[in-house]
Amino acid sequence: MTAQTDAAEAGLDGADDFAGQPDTVQRAVATPHELQPYAELGLREDEYDRIRQILGRRPTQSELAMYSIMWSEHCSYKSSKVHLRQFGQKAPHSDRLLAGIGENAGVIQVSDRLAVTFKVESHNHPSFVEPYQGAATGVGGIVRDILAMGARPVAVMDPLRFGAADHPDTARVLPGVVAGVGGYGNCLGLPNIGGEVVFDPCYQGNPLVNALCIGVLPVDRLQNKAAAGAGNVVVLMGAKTGRDGIGGVSVLASATFDEASEQRRPSVQVGDPFTEKLLIEACLELYDARLVVGIQDLGGAGLTCALTETAAAAGTGMRVVLERVPLREPSMEAHEILASESQERMLLIVEPDKLPSVLKTAEKWGVLATAIGEVTERGEGDEPGRLVITWQDHTVVDVPPGSLADDGPVYARPMREPADLILLRADHAETLPRPTTGAELRETLLRMVASPNLCDRTWVTEQYDRYVLGNTVLAQPEDAGIIRIDEQTGLGVALSVDGNGRYARLDPYTGAKLALAESYRNVAVSGAVPLAVTNCLNFGSPEDPAVMWQFAEAVRGLADGCLELGIPVTGGNVSFYNQTGAAAIHPTPVVGVLGVLEDVAQRVPMGFTSDGDAIVLLGDTRVELSGSEWAWVTHEHLGGEPPRVDLARERVLAGVLAEAARVGHITAAHDLSDGGLAQALAESCLRRGKGARIAVPDEFADGSGPFVFLFSESAGRAIVSVPRGHEKAFAGLCEERGLPWTVIGVVDSSVAALDVRDQFSIGLDELRTAYTATLPELFGQAAAVAAAEATAPGTTATPADAAGAAVTSADADADAGVTEPRKPGRATTSARRRRSASADESGGEPEQVPEASGDEAPHS
Amino acid sequence: MTARIGVVTFPGSLDDGDAARAVRLAGGEAVRLWHADADLHRVDAVVLPGGFSYGDYLRTGAIARFAPVMESIADGARGGLPVLGICNGFQILCEAHLLPGALTRNQHLHFRNRDQLLRIDSTATAFTNSYAPGQELLIPVKNGEGCYVADQRTLDELEATGRVVARYLGGNPNGSQRDIAAITNEAGNVVGIMPHPEHAVEALTGPSLDGLGFFTSILKHLAGVPAAAAAREPAHARGSVA
Repeated sequence: MTAQTDAAEAGLDGADDFAGQPDTVQRAVATPHELQPYAELGLREDEYDRIRQILGRRPTQSELAMYSIMWSEHCSYKSSKVHLRQFGQKAPHSDRLLAGIGENAGVIQVSDRLAVTFKVESHNHPSFVEPYQGAATGVGGIVRDILAMGARPVAVMDPLRFGAADHPDTARVLPGVVAGVGGYGNCLGLPNIGGEVVFDPCYQGNPLVNALCIGVLPVDRLQNKAAAGAGNVVVLMGAKTGRDGIGGVSVLASATFDEASEQRRPSVQVGDPFTEKLLIEACLELYDARLVVGIQDLGGAGLTCALTETAAAAGTGMRVVLERVPLREPSMEAHEILASESQERMLLIVEPDKLPSVLKTAEKWGVLATAIGEVTERGEGDEPGRLVITWQDHTVVDVPPGSLADDGPVYARPMREPADLILLRADHAETLPRPTTGAELRETLLRMVASPNLCDRTWVTEQYDRYVLGNTVLAQPEDAGIIRIDEQTGLGVALSVDGNGRYARLDPYTGAKLALAESYRNVAVSGAVPLAVTNCLNFGSPEDPAVMWQFAEAVRGLADGCLELGIPVTGGNVSFYNQTGAAAIHPTPVVGVLGVLEDVAQRVPMGFTSDGDAIVLLGDTRVELSGSEWAWVTHEHLGGEPPRVDLARERVLAGVLAEAARVGHITAAHDLSDGGLAQALAESCLRRGKGARIAVPDEFADGSGPFVFLFSESAGRAIVSVPRGHEKAFAGLCEERGLPWTVIGVVDSSVAALDVRDQFSIGLDELRTAYTATLPELFGQAAAVAAAEATAPGTTATPADAAGAAVTSADADADAGVTEPRKPGRATTSARRRRSASADESGGEPEQVPEASGDEAPHS
Repeated sequence: MTARIGVVTFPGSLDDGDAARAVRLAGGEAVRLWHADADLHRVDAVVLPGGFSYGDYLRTGAIARFAPVMESIADGARGGLPVLGICNGFQILCEAHLLPGALTRNQHLHFRNRDQLLRIDSTATAFTNSYAPGQELLIPVKNGEGCYVADQRTLDELEATGRVVARYLGGNPNGSQRDIAAITNEAGNVVGIMPHPEHAVEALTGPSLDGLGFFTSILKHLAGVPAAAAAREPAHARGSVA
């Protein structure tokens, strides 16, 4: 259908008057029966009816586009809202919380002078369609959220999930995602201090690319998004607006993937980190000079979201002259400009007399800044104002901004426990055959450390700059990343981000609590005191009652968990529709915990450092193998009940660790999670190249006891190394707090091995080889080709270049600084796979016209 | 009097704050210089920091080379002003023809960040006189385009005249010819280095303190050669007029 024919069919006087004009408010009034493509835009019939009711007429084309994106799942949280309320209702009181849920990001005060803001978000669907740009703009988006709070972004983290490690498509997606995260973050000058890389077949058609950013601000620099003060100027600053990302939130993020996903590439935004870097510096200069009244980043839903949210937050109206928006493509139409998700843009509310100073600062940093409108009065009787947008002197939008930003539909979707869950949970991994002999245990340990989910991540993390800004005190592979935020006092913050989809699949309530517990524990082992929580909830389609049940259970678990731990959720993100066809991903709540250290010099690293230090296991080890990495690696088994979670115990553990770090009782501490004690010991030994001699405690001596001791995934545990002279005091501290502790061995570099008495001994060289070989073998050459495509379009890597990529492999040990040449031949399989995959792509689809405008674009 | 060490900020510079911190920790006064300002503000030496100047979308350092501040720095360098280019700064120095050769995409095509072992091959520069010949350093390397290339004659000449300042040990991180990590000009006042000494100046945040020597060297150099200050005067005069 076309607007013109319908207008003619309506047979109204003066319909011809509208010929050649955009769909104006006037025209909408005159042509009430014109058919509109609301369903194609993702709106339901009742939602469309409600829009008509709100406006008292049919929406214009631009208004329809705006409602469709603001009422999409991604922007409106229409399916999740009723559950997410628990985060506020159950939040423990905190005097430190300066901004919470509903703001761009939560803000927590950490000293008299300083506050910290952090948040994690998803960019899952774009990253599957176009791995490099999807991941890059995911980083860019979360950085702008942090910037909008008045903070200088100081670090990023990236929780990533991919399909099976050896699946050919993983060789397409992973290298591109990693290069994108690195390419954007490195170019912004933000250290990447941690994250996750998880492989599971459930993410095959739907990888998860979450990005976390943390920023620091002086308490009095906190910004807000309210467009207060009639007469103030609305300024758009940053990149020009183009056709990229149109409908990103409705087309990509709020629908299930199918075979047509490939054609959605034009919905993926394209990033320019250089412009973002300039935007950051310009914004910070504006904040410090007190030149802005309000500010909002442009992310999902672009200008539409920023205009409606800023106006709604203040209750004011706004008048915007759309043709003032600087365009990359002059042929763009009003609804496209409003829907564009072009990156690197911010919306500023500025007092008129300060406008020249704002424009001057923007010019200094070489970013565009354009006054595109002004804030207008509230309506009569203190009614909220209206957002009026003109396009070539025609009024194309006249809406109450709150109806888009705040009053979207809210659904209490049907929920039902997944039908297969009873059977799944009855299928315990504790009944699987276990290794018993020393030789079997040795072989199991080597296989486990080499498995994709437990092996060394250096192949990924060395593509990220972890040093820039000079304040990184700990970074991956440490349990938590630590950033110094005050050079004078040594004040710092610690951050970890964790999730376990398998646990959540077995029990989403407990799974969410376990993710929280692990993240909390990771912050605690680094010596920090946990303060606040952010989360990214990655789930399948909310229209599936089973998924909705998983979601509700996970939210309930996380909210209960935060209450028990006494730390509030300060913000987060929901990502639904993570499924391919009918197959949803494992429910995957990813939880980030922020902690504070009064002095970063007291941080506790994970690697053993000194010979003779006692190795102490904290917490209780139970027979808990269901959902474990061992069950998966050895038996491809997923079933049973996830490990028990005891948050009161986690609090005790965190308290002991913080106190021990403060008084210097411990030289190293490492959280126990995936892979259990065996994995933690291997990592703590390899980190600084120190051997350890371990004795299995008597209670685990018989039968499969040693196996349980080494590979159970019981929560609430950590290992620490205690220097000579501190053993008694440390034991006393544990006794006093009621924390179970067991001395299990000693750090001993003379053995140059991980030696478990009466069971096995593995030389550190052999252990390191097993631990480090996996990712280079899987992705060594493929990544080289992907990186070349991403950064130099049109060029192809030569076979010689690709071969070169596999020549060196990184060493996990920072101290060693030495790497062994790796034989180039080892990665040929994945390289061959990659080449065929890239050949498919480089077949070179022509630039596609965005679907939303395909029938109207003048050049087509 | 404390030596004034200029640290240039181009749009897209990222390690400028780190370089300034390193100067301070070494005992110097860090003076921030702005790319669009040709005035060198009476600095005694200059550091061109790491980053992605102007986005480096064209060719690394290719646009920065034309910045007003670079004209003054190039003039100064020819007159003896000590200039240290780190990473992107090294790339800019090559583009500005203050150093021979070029930095190209890493042979393996990845950005790579790791703690890298280096060997100091020349202590006869303004930035390495604090080190012992053959001293080994552990310093972070982090770049996507750090592969040093030059024609054979230039490489031979660099080696014959002792102008290779540092080489990679224990694995070449980017494919640089002859494992070259840092070089200097004939006069020894201009040094370009790909790894980042400014990230190895504090025990808490770096893999070692091995990088501090580059910054103490320049203070030592300035204290020892007062004549250099005189040689730089004309450069400043020209710079501020521009």
